[in-house]
Amino acid sequence: MRRVLLLLPLILLLAMGVLFYRGLSLDDEVPSALVSRPFPAFELPSLTDPDRKLTQDMLKGEISLVNVWGTWCPTCYTEHGYLMELQNRGVVIFGMNYKDDTDKARQWIAELDNPYKEIFVDDGPMGIELGVRGAPETFLVDAQGVIRYKHEGDMNERIWQEKFVPLIEKIEIEQIRSGGQ
Amino acid sequence: MLRVLSAFLLLVALAPASWATIDTWDFETPEQQKRYITLTEELRCPKCDGQSIGGSNAPIANDLREVVYNKLVNGESDQDIVDFMVDRYGEFVLYRPRATGKTFWLWAGPFLFFGIGLVVLLVIIQRSRKMQKQPAVNKGLTEEERRRVQQLLDDDASGEGKV
Repeated sequence: MRRVLLLLPLILLLAMGVLFYRGLSLDDEVPSALVSRPFPAFELPSLTDPDRKLTQDMLKGEISLVNVWGTWCPTCYTEHGYLMELQNRGVVIFGMNYKDDTDKARQWIAELDNPYKEIFVDDGPMGIELGVRGAPETFLVDAQGVIRYKHEGDMNERIWQEKFVPLIEKIEIEQIRSGGQ
Repeated sequence: MLRVLSAFLLLVALAPASWATIDTWDFETPEQQKRYITLTEELRCPKCDGQSIGGSNAPIANDLREVVYNKLVNGESDQDIVDFMVDRYGEFVLYRPRATGKTFWLWAGPFLFFGIGLVVLLVIIQRSRKMQKQPAVNKGLTEEERRRVQQLLDDDASGEGKV
């Protein structure tokens, strides 16, 4: 018994070591504070047609992604090809051109192709409303216009399959259930 | 050479001061300025984990400082401003986490461990006091043991004499 007591501090120390070591490799992803809240209201100009104002209402009706991007963001360039791929599979993607030079953004779309159904332009305030920490960030919005998930970093097949697909299936089931009632 | 070196050292010494973020806000009262400094020190920059929004030059920190300033000047309370940030960026932005059910152990932990340590310390002190008292109770060697020690010493002494 005494032996065990003497070893206790060592055991505790080792246990803490293991705990902290695991903590080092943990994902530092912070869940968005906006999950399960309606997409914040906005009225912002379209990138392609600045005279036209876009609002949160365009997000309602079907499940969609809202992708925060800028030409200043190298990771946005990396993920662009994958966004095109998602668009080809029929995924609805909206773009928020964040703190960018709109001429450069229009050029980017013209040269790299446009994966977005609509793009709205924000100089910063909307980013704060959305709790954006950087770009790229991608929100999953359900047919009621409610944010269901946010991914920080580039979109790719692994993230899509692991994080988005299961949630989209869940949302679709919810919709069928509520539609049937 | 010495001149170049001292110039270089001066540059190195002064560099951190020029890195610090200096905003040129105008406050209505010194009290408002104090609140601004406290708030920007207690709100964590969402992008740069180890820094407050007051201590970071990240674009997002600049934006958030501006938000804090505008809200202060508009007469919002500290609580309003903190709530605004938590609403958008989550509890993550608080350097001083709120005392809620979820953070109970975070707040109670240090006191709990201090308590455990104190109890262990008291037990150890108590025990060592008991140990010190024990030899007084046990009055040295018994008569039998004394005789045996004497015999051993005698034997040893006579053995030495032979050499």
